[in-house]
Amino acid sequence: MSPPVEDILRVMPELIFCGFGVLLMLLQPFLRERNGMAFLALCGAGLGTLASIFPLVNAGSAFGELIRADGFSGFFHLLVGLVAFLVILASAPYLERERLAPAEFYALVLFATAGMGVLASAQELLTAFIGLEMSSISSYVLAGYRRESLKAGESAMKYFLLGSFATAFFLYGIALVYGATGTTRLSQMSAADPGGILLRLGLALILIGLGFKVAAAPFQVWTPDVYEGAPTPVTALFSAGPKAAAFALLLRIFSTVPAANEFWFWAFWILAALTMFVGNLGALVQTNVKRMLAYSSIAHAGYILVAFCAVAFTRGDDERLTAGVAAVLYYLLAYALVKLGAFTVVSHLGGAGEKRLDLNDYAGLGQRQPVAAAALSLYLLSLLGLPVTAGFLGKFYIFKAAIHSNLIWLAVLMAINSVIGAYYYLRLIVIMYMRDSQPGVDRIPFPASVNLVLMITAFGTIYFGLFPNFLIGFTSHPGFILGR
Amino acid sequence: MVPTHYYLILSAILFGLGVVAFVFKRNVITIFMSIELMLNAVNLAFVAFSQAFGKLDGQVFVLFVIVVAAAEAAVGLGIIILIARNRQSLNVERVNLLKL
Repeated sequence: MSPPVEDILRVMPELIFCGFGVLLMLLQPFLRERNGMAFLALCGAGLGTLASIFPLVNAGSAFGELIRADGFSGFFHLLVGLVAFLVILASAPYLERERLAPAEFYALVLFATAGMGVLASAQELLTAFIGLEMSSISSYVLAGYRRESLKAGESAMKYFLLGSFATAFFLYGIALVYGATGTTRLSQMSAADPGGILLRLGLALILIGLGFKVAAAPFQVWTPDVYEGAPTPVTALFSAGPKAAAFALLLRIFSTVPAANEFWFWAFWILAALTMFVGNLGALVQTNVKRMLAYSSIAHAGYILVAFCAVAFTRGDDERLTAGVAAVLYYLLAYALVKLGAFTVVSHLGGAGEKRLDLNDYAGLGQRQPVAAAALSLYLLSLLGLPVTAGFLGKFYIFKAAIHSNLIWLAVLMAINSVIGAYYYLRLIVIMYMRDSQPGVDRIPFPASVNLVLMITAFGTIYFGLFPNFLIGFTSHPGFILGR
Repeated sequence: MVPTHYYLILSAILFGLGVVAFVFKRNVITIFMSIELMLNAVNLAFVAFSQAFGKLDGQVFVLFVIVVAAAEAAVGLGIIILIARNRQSLNVERVNLLKL
């Protein structure tokens, strides 16, 4: 018996990502052309992204409620598909410069993307586990892709050990939740007694496991090391894709399991406050640009957790719930665009072997390479949250959600953190424009594909900063979070 | 028949041992083994619950966990070999180029 066509269409993006990944590995011995492989990978990412439009117009469950393809999962499919597309586009010249094999790299990016897609549409904890592992295992390999580099090996090892450690917690949490409710289907858990100790323990362990994946303090220790050691295009992927997918799963568990909603509120409060401070204070003392951006991504996970806290506080108020969810989705998109752009600039300014990553290497960039400096400044200003950029509105929506839920203290902490963050973002901009170049630093021309990535991300950052209504209207559509 | 909570206590002890070994051991292979111990503690819990409920879905979950753990082991051992070749050592304290 074959599954109905609709079910297959609902997992089409994953099928396309995986299919093209396998195709790339099969063709690799025959296709010697680097550009050909990049083209094939781009086709895979692009077609997969297009295929995720179907669930948007025809929402529903597939394969006996293992998968739930709705507007929510469609949004995340579009997001991770776009991220994969841009990462592949930006990494083609990088791979050539570092003399790395392209086929497996692209295939792993596509497999990881498929895993994130599964994670975003999982309606059953088993599916979520499979999706999480698909994206994690590919990421472990990608982190150590520059095999000769000692740092890359170390980064892969740390990511692998801590990632599997977190997965074990996640699984133990699922086991306990299964014991408490007798099911691993999210939709059937609503009847569970929220006071049960087993259920609470299970949810706490799931939160720990996913906390590792989104780099929330105190589970963030791996983040700076892994981000620094991994090849920079891969760092761009890590900071945008898996994080968004893990947040998607958290939101889905939240909106379908009432017990999680109440129990997690204080956990999110503490996580959010701690994560913001650890990220921002850590970034202050960094001299390596990649590490600084890694700490900044921890800080941004903290801001997103503030919105989670607001969602948790709504307790059945649908209007505020959708507003909170819309804030999270908007922020994730704005953040992904900016981080992708920033890491792409960093990866190409790093030069062969990624040697030029120090803050001082960026001195005089404004005169040396005005376009790159302008683009990087735009991303930094968006991370900082300056008006006209998407980052500003992202922060604004989260503030609004927090205030509406009476989370005044958390909003105050977030404001303090934004000010701390301003210091290190502005410091880099000042170094780029106010200081003279160091001797011996050459101009590094940017290939066309990199320029295209910068154009797309910069355009998106400004466009969503000026015209957010379409996106917000789309994401705050009632019933966007289904399964209730 | 052995009561379910006996299995659960054993599973919790195994999981705890895995966590302790992960934190305190210094050899990469041993750390890796402690993760496997944790995963098997999870499997035990699943099978125990599955038996208590008289349903099969917990056991199906275990099959998936075993398969995924094998895939993870393949990648993990590859990474460990990479570390061993590059550094001639399996002690995690010597793998310290990246610092806070």
